[in-house]
Formats: sequence, C-alpha cells, structure tokens
Amino acid sequence: MKIHEFQAKQILREAGVMVLPGVAARTPEEAAQAYQQLGGPVCVVKAQIHAGGRGKGTIKEHPQQRGVQLVKSADEARQVAERILGNTLVTIQTGPEGKTVNQVFVEAGCNIARELYLGVVLDRAEKKPVLMVSSEGGVEIEKVAAETPEKIFKAHFDPSIGLMSHQVRTLCWRLGLSGKTIRSADKFMKALCRVYVEKDCSLMEVNPLVITADGEIVALDAKMSFDDNALFRHKELESLRDLSEENPAEVRAAQAGLSYVQMEGNIGCLVNGAGLAMSTMDIIKLHGGDPANFLDVGGGANTEQVTEAFRILLGDKNVKAVLVNIFGGIMRCTTIANALLEAYKTVGFNVPLVVRLEGTEVKEGRKILAESGVDIITADDLTDAAKKVVAAAG
Amino acid sequence: MSILVNKDTKVICQGITGKAGEFHTKGCLEYGTKMVGGVTPGKGGEKIQGLPVFDTVAEAVEKTGANATMIFVPAAFTADAILEALDAGIKTIVAITEGVPVMDMVYVYQRVRASDAVLVGPNCPGVITPEECKIGIMPGYIHKRGKVGLMSRSGTLTYEAVWQLSNLGLGQTTCVGLGGDPIVGTSFIDLFQRFQADDETEAILMIGEIGGTAEEEAAAYVKEHVTKPVAAFIAGRTAPPGKRMGHAGAIISGGKGTAAEKVAALQAANIEVAESPADMGAAVKRAMTR
Repeated sequence: MKIHEFQAKQILREAGVMVLPGVAARTPEEAAQAYQQLGGPVCVVKAQIHAGGRGKGTIKEHPQQRGVQLVKSADEARQVAERILGNTLVTIQTGPEGKTVNQVFVEAGCNIARELYLGVVLDRAEKKPVLMVSSEGGVEIEKVAAETPEKIFKAHFDPSIGLMSHQVRTLCWRLGLSGKTIRSADKFMKALCRVYVEKDCSLMEVNPLVITADGEIVALDAKMSFDDNALFRHKELESLRDLSEENPAEVRAAQAGLSYVQMEGNIGCLVNGAGLAMSTMDIIKLHGGDPANFLDVGGGANTEQVTEAFRILLGDKNVKAVLVNIFGGIMRCTTIANALLEAYKTVGFNVPLVVRLEGTEVKEGRKILAESGVDIITADDLTDAAKKVVAAAG
Repeated sequence: MSILVNKDTKVICQGITGKAGEFHTKGCLEYGTKMVGGVTPGKGGEKIQGLPVFDTVAEAVEKTGANATMIFVPAAFTADAILEALDAGIKTIVAITEGVPVMDMVYVYQRVRASDAVLVGPNCPGVITPEECKIGIMPGYIHKRGKVGLMSRSGTLTYEAVWQLSNLGLGQTTCVGLGGDPIVGTSFIDLFQRFQADDETEAILMIGEIGGTAEEEAAAYVKEHVTKPVAAFIAGRTAPPGKRMGHAGAIISGGKGTAAEKVAALQAANIEVAESPADMGAAVKRAMTR
C-alpha cells in the first residue's frame, strides 16, 4: 500500500524526524490559507499523487504548470493550486494518461545547502533491510545505481537492533558530512530505520534529503509504502489508504480475494496460481498476442469468485477474447467447469472463450463443458490454448 | 535416494484442526506420508483423521518422534510456529501459509540459517518425493518416481512442469516449492547442492520468476559447482515493472529482477532455458541429451 507525501511526513514527524511545517489542501482557497498559516515568505505547493517525478511532471490541462512550484504569496498559492487541483499530472512514473490530483501539500521553504538521497528497502539477497544513501540527491536513484554505483553507500541493519551509531558515522564520512550534521544525521537515520521496521514498510525514500545552511538535516520529500501482508497489524494505517489512486478493477478484484493486474492488450486471462498466470501471459505474447491482464483466482476459488473474475475481465473494453487456463491441483476441474458455466450464464459473454483444463478430474470437467451446449473453444495443452485465443482475438 | 524427505520421514501438521490443515493432512495420509500427529494450541487431546493432537510441538516430538512439520497456521502466527518447530528440534520445516509479513521472515531466516534445520517456504506448495512422502498441497497423482530434481518459486506452474515431465516418461526424485515470498527459507543454491550430491537425481529443472536475484545467484553457482544437466524456465517475461504479480516476491523494482536479466544469466551458465512454459519438460530432455 502506498500513501501520499504529506501522510508519510506526518508519520516521520511523529517519529522525531525533521520535516518542514506543511498543510494539505483540497481547494485553492485552502491552499491560500495554508500559505498564510505557514507565514511565508516562500512556500512550495506540491501535487499529491502516488507517483514520483512530480517536480518535472506537467499538468495536462495547463502544460506550463509543473507538479511542484515555489510560491511567494497567498494569491500565488491559490493560483497554482487552481491550475493543479482536479487536473491531470503526467510524470515519468504515471504513464501518458497521468493521474488526477485531488490534494496539494503547501509546505514552508528552507535554505538548501546540499541535497542527498536516502532510502530504506529490503535487500532480498542479504535478507535484511538496508539503508542506502547517496550524494546524488534529487536524481532518480535507479539512474545513479546504473551509471555511478560507487556513489551509493549502504548499511544493513538488524530489525530488532536498528541502525547503529557507528554505521551512521561511517555513512557520514563517505558523504563528506561533518560537525553537528553528524549528530543530526544520527537522530534522522536511526528514526527512519526504526519507522521502517515498526510500520512494516516495504519502501521508504527521502529524495532529496536536504542539509540546510545551518547544518540541519531535513526530509524535503518522503515516499512510503507498506508490506500488504503486514497491514493486519497496522489498523492506524487503514485511514491513510487513498482508493482513488488505485486502479478500480484491481481494487474490486482484491475485494473478491483475486489477484489482478491490468495490462494493455486484448486477451483476457483467468488462471489459477501466480506463476502459471504469469506464464500464461508470456505464452500469449510468444504466439503473437497481447495479454489484457494478469489474473490469479488462487488455489480454492469458488463460483462467486470466478463469476466476479469474469465480470472484471469483460468490464475491460479492450478484451476481444478470453483464455481460461486451469491446472487443477487441489481445485478440481469439475468445480471450475461448473463455476465457468454459472458465470457464463450470469455474466453473459460477447467474446470468444478458450478453455484449457488439466489436472484433477479433468475428464469429468471437460465432459461438463462439452455437454453444456455453451459455445466454448477447448484446447488440449498450453500451446494449443495460446494459438487458439490469439486467433480468436483477431 | 531423494532429498529432504523420504518414506521414513515422520510428519506432524501445525494447524491440523483448521480447515486447510485437516484437508491436506488427509491428502498426505492418502498419499502414504507417515503423518504421526498434529499441533493446535488449546486442542491437545483431540483426534483429527485418527491422529493425536498436541498443544505444543515439543510434546508432539516427544510422543511421536516427528522430525518434519507441515505448517498451516494463519500468517500472523507463522513466524512463531516456525520457531516453535525449530526449538522443538524438528529438522524439516515446511511452511505452506501465504501472507507472512516480510519483517517476520527477516529474523526467522536468521534463526533457521544458524541451525541445522531446513525451512521450505513460506507461501509454497511443499515438498514431495514421489511414492514415498508428500508434505504439502500438491496433487500427488501427477508425480512419478524418476530421475529429475525439480525446484520452483511457484505452485501450479510446478504442477504443469511435473505433468510435462511425467508425460515424457521423466519422473522426479524430489520436487520442492521454494515459495513466492521475498524471503524464503531455502534457496535454489541450497537445492542445487543437494540435487548434485543425490545419486538418483540425473537432471535438474529450476523454475524461477521475476523479482529478486535468486536465479542469477543460482546461475553463478551452477556454472562453478553443478555437473548434472540443468534446464530452467523463468515466468513473467511480459510482467510490467512495479507491479506485484500475485506473489509478494514477484515484482520488478527499480528496474531490477526482470526475466530478461535472469534468462541471460542462466544462458551464460550453459543452462537450457525453455522459451515457453509448454516447453519445460522438453527442455529437460534437451539438457540431458546435449
């Protein structure tokens, strides 16, 4: 689960991390009030969407307007907010369709001496969380990692112990920080790592992290996302979820216990198991087609779930044919065949349906489909299924 | 021979009184696995599928001599269940549960690796040595006793591969589902080591997917240490970056963990890579004859 910058900063503030005063606003008037409340003289109006690259991104409806802008009066804050709010921000991470901005964050300005990068992620190879810092602040870290990996410094830490002071000192030495900034960094970095563990984060990024003219460290931006598997123990995060930022079909699928990712092709897929679902997309592509989605109905899907899955698939206007690929393990092919017919009746199909069944009770399952009189194209194996659905989609 | 489990393995089920626990205990019993009991705190003294239920793993081990466990407890309690099994002296721990918080696995992993026990999973279909012992949720009947060692990060895709192998007359020595999470107890490398040392295993099939670098690390290991024929398949060539593809661990993040990178690493290690998921069995055959 992702949250907005202003929400992440609230969490950091509560943890004792230095962030600038700021106020979230939903209307231009609120943005002007926020400016007055913060007292200027310089504030920054920042579009709040769940994607990076906002500073360089542009508003579709006002191509001159960027997603982040410095303002010097309440009036200017209002005007900028007016151009951003309710409009579409297109950044390198949103794709060309962009994202609607529903909120802006008005934040006090600060005197920047130096910009750095800081991130905490799970290092899967080391099986431990790792704090990464870089002298290249404000730049995309992927770019730094690819082009100048020597400018990224890392410190792994044990979640139960947290980051230790000697690790902070070493990182500071590598970054060329000294004096009172080291004390500031100690507090800042330790607090970030503590929040990462306590809140079960999957990513925390402060880019840029700023060293002010008087040597303090401040989080100028903040990006935070959480391990979905751990949300059950963080009721306090529930209210931070912004469903308007998520793909409606993906939200709907999640509510039905299905795992769904929308793609841009025209062949809908319904599969059991994540690995097989990915492979089904791959084999469609291999035979010249384009998958419209990833959809894993899981190991024990019932009729309601399969019906809902079909509704979601057919709700995508791009879908010109559907491939059902089931390897019955624990799930019996008879169960899925019956669920399929039920869904077929309830949802009503207007595109060709190719079905490949294999595994437990496959003969009985195929018989149920064959005798149903429903217009289904059956396939014998994976390759056959892929070829047939690609042909059916045209 | 086989790896990890065989006909003498004595298995308990943690979470045996739950719906999934009982259902799959029954499935394992029917397959011929030596199931000796189960554990559910507070349900000690009951019987499930004719097996004694205990309150703790320690008691179950003392009374039954169990040396392996199959874990079905809810995700919130899985870390505790794994460590309970470890502390009770269980040597083969198979965690089926999906949805375990990754932070829990950071310390579980460290504890397990510091011991002589093996953890398979979590979020995996389990381990099976055909015709001897099945610990997990896979459909037993598709497996055939044979010569191929199989390891995979996926469930149903593994069944697909087993199916293809069995249809080609290639049976399996042992099949291991590693699990689809970012941190799992057993790696491809651990299993390459075991399969290489296993006399009966003549070829190895590895099924990977996008996310992380486990396949790249395995490729480097194979190049140096594995002399048996190896085939592989990587799922997720069409997966978009930044999206979790069902498995918590199947995500391309920061441009890393793509299928293309993995395939390149495997090919560089002289591993026979199946282009299509329909070609996994045939790829093993090609690896064995080249």
